[in-house]
Amino acid sequence: MSASLEIKNLNVNIGDKRIIKDFNLSIPKGEVHAIMGPNGTGKSTLAKALAGHPDYEIVSGDALVDGESLLDLEVDERSRSGLFLAFQYPMEIPGVSIANFIRAARNARLPDGEELNAPAFYKELYEKMDMLKIDRKFTSRSVNEGFSGGEKKRCEILQMAMLNPRYAILDETDSGLDIDALKVVSDGVNALRGPGLGALVITHYQRLLNYIVPDQVHVMYDGRIVKSGDKDLALELESKGYDWIKEIADDAA
Amino acid sequence: MEAETGIDESIRYDFQNHIDSLNTAPEWWIQYKQDAFDSYMDLPLPRRSDENWRFANRSDLDVERSYAFDGESSLADRSKLEQASQFTETQSGSYVFADNQLVSANHAPQELQDKGVIWCSISEAIERHGDLLKDYFMKQDVDLGSEKFAQLHSAFVTNGILLYIPKGVEIDAPFCAYNWASTPNGAIFPHTLVIAEEFSSVRLVEAHLSDGEDAALSCGVTHLFAGIGAKINYTHVQNFNEQTLGFQINSNIAGKDSQVEMNSVILGCRHYRSETHGQVKGSGAHVDMRSMALTDAGQEIDQRTLQTHSAPNTTSNLLFKNALKEQSKTIFSGLIKVDEGAQQTDAYQTNRNLLLSSNAEANSLPGLEIEANDVKCSHGATTSEIEDEEIFYMLARGIPREAAQELIVYGFFEEVLSQIADETLAERTRELIRAKFRG
Repeated sequence: MSASLEIKNLNVNIGDKRIIKDFNLSIPKGEVHAIMGPNGTGKSTLAKALAGHPDYEIVSGDALVDGESLLDLEVDERSRSGLFLAFQYPMEIPGVSIANFIRAARNARLPDGEELNAPAFYKELYEKMDMLKIDRKFTSRSVNEGFSGGEKKRCEILQMAMLNPRYAILDETDSGLDIDALKVVSDGVNALRGPGLGALVITHYQRLLNYIVPDQVHVMYDGRIVKSGDKDLALELESKGYDWIKEIADDAA
Repeated sequence: MEAETGIDESIRYDFQNHIDSLNTAPEWWIQYKQDAFDSYMDLPLPRRSDENWRFANRSDLDVERSYAFDGESSLADRSKLEQASQFTETQSGSYVFADNQLVSANHAPQELQDKGVIWCSISEAIERHGDLLKDYFMKQDVDLGSEKFAQLHSAFVTNGILLYIPKGVEIDAPFCAYNWASTPNGAIFPHTLVIAEEFSSVRLVEAHLSDGEDAALSCGVTHLFAGIGAKINYTHVQNFNEQTLGFQINSNIAGKDSQVEMNSVILGCRHYRSETHGQVKGSGAHVDMRSMALTDAGQEIDQRTLQTHSAPNTTSNLLFKNALKEQSKTIFSGLIKVDEGAQQTDAYQTNRNLLLSSNAEANSLPGLEIEANDVKCSHGATTSEIEDEEIFYMLARGIPREAAQELIVYGFFEEVLSQIADETLAERTRELIRAKFRG
């Protein structure tokens, strides 16, 4: 089995409603794929269902990380197996510092009885904060509490950098960011790109893809991928608009 | 009648023994105790109809039936308790008591004594500082329901600490008082009296602890007096075992431009009743009252508070947070009272309860009684569970569910713990919380 995040004939319901429909996608490790699509088409549902959110019922199909199915794993096990979800709306956790939060996540990845090396951890944390232009005073601030939109998204990428996932799903990481914050976040993601990481970037706007240049672009509509192409597809979509996609989808139906 | 007299006589007998044991004490003190005992006997137990005891368990309040007041102690290992009484990095002085008896004392440095600082046990204060005690001992009103237990305290109190800080003396390192309960079915009466004169500044740490797992009674009183411009910072850690019945009656008087901070960390007792009255009496004064409680099993933590503003331009801020596991129960009943002349009062009261079990019960009774017309007062009470989305976010980072809940609960308490100035003490309380949370 090749090293990839493989989604096969996936069907996902919220309540009685089918949101993701016979969805297929393969992201080889080392590549960055983008999913674009209008609002309400199921992009975030896909992301949360893969992470294991209990409100999203996987009715059929499979999702595999390097050949191992995710579906029998609990949410935390999926994360520890190497899947990372950068949230569109990261939660605030009052009283829990970013350092302690990431430390708990790193500790959960150690074998029983083994303890994190604190000095090494902080050294790495500070390096990665510097890379993401996050002020060091943030380490003692409560996770996402009182953060601006840009700070929250940078904090998500910081967590990703500290957890070294094999596959990352970035759900609308560009939403709520001004152009400067967008650049910082994109630089951070680009710095993490490499042969050991496969990434799925979910976005509504082409803009982000100027900074995180994808290997492939997929256009999603009504719960499935209706068109795939290289990075130029994003530009084509930007100029023709989502109505063009609706036509393609309707033609296919 | 015969049977009831039997019970009466047992506590009378214990009281007589107690008085007999005070043979060197001055007459006024003996008389004071005699009067307190008579009042205790006269006052009724809390009744179902008492507003101050609403929602409270009253089944175990008839303490004469369950505890011995004769002062006998089975304490064997004093040095063990002395070693376990180390909650701060530095200290200006410390006292350790067990079963009301002195275990060890660290006196204040000579330099502070030369400035007139008094740091001594209550039993020593009775001999040497009678005038201070006559002016200040039990001189704050007890008005939140435990009047009878305050009299019990006065009748049997033998120890605790007196801390007197003269005008203008500022002391960084905290004074520490540790009160242990050791003897099965014994009773302790910790007393803490702090008098901070004009523009003085002082910190005090008090810990209430159990030596072993036997049931005991603690009936404690803490009174703080802050003079003009004085600063008192008081932190109380209650970590009795979960067999203990505890009463704690706290009150402070904040004079003009003074600042009083009271922090409580509450972990122990089967049934704990605390009453805290912040009396903001001088213009420009500020009082903080903070508390956190982590409850489990069948614990009941019952807290009543009063913030009384009787001078203009005063502020007070109350924050009481409870996290409840299993079948435990909390009661928060708080009142902000602003007198007619206390214009420009800012007073806040917040009670937050985090339910960690569907069997836990958090009761909240916030209230305002305002007679001035130019004030800012608010109260808020919330009871909630951990949000699923919060847990999901943490799970999605690979943090197991139990560890995620734990982090959320610790985070919930940080709003209180981060206000504890002594970092070693704050860390010590976090350790106690972790130990309790993990059972």
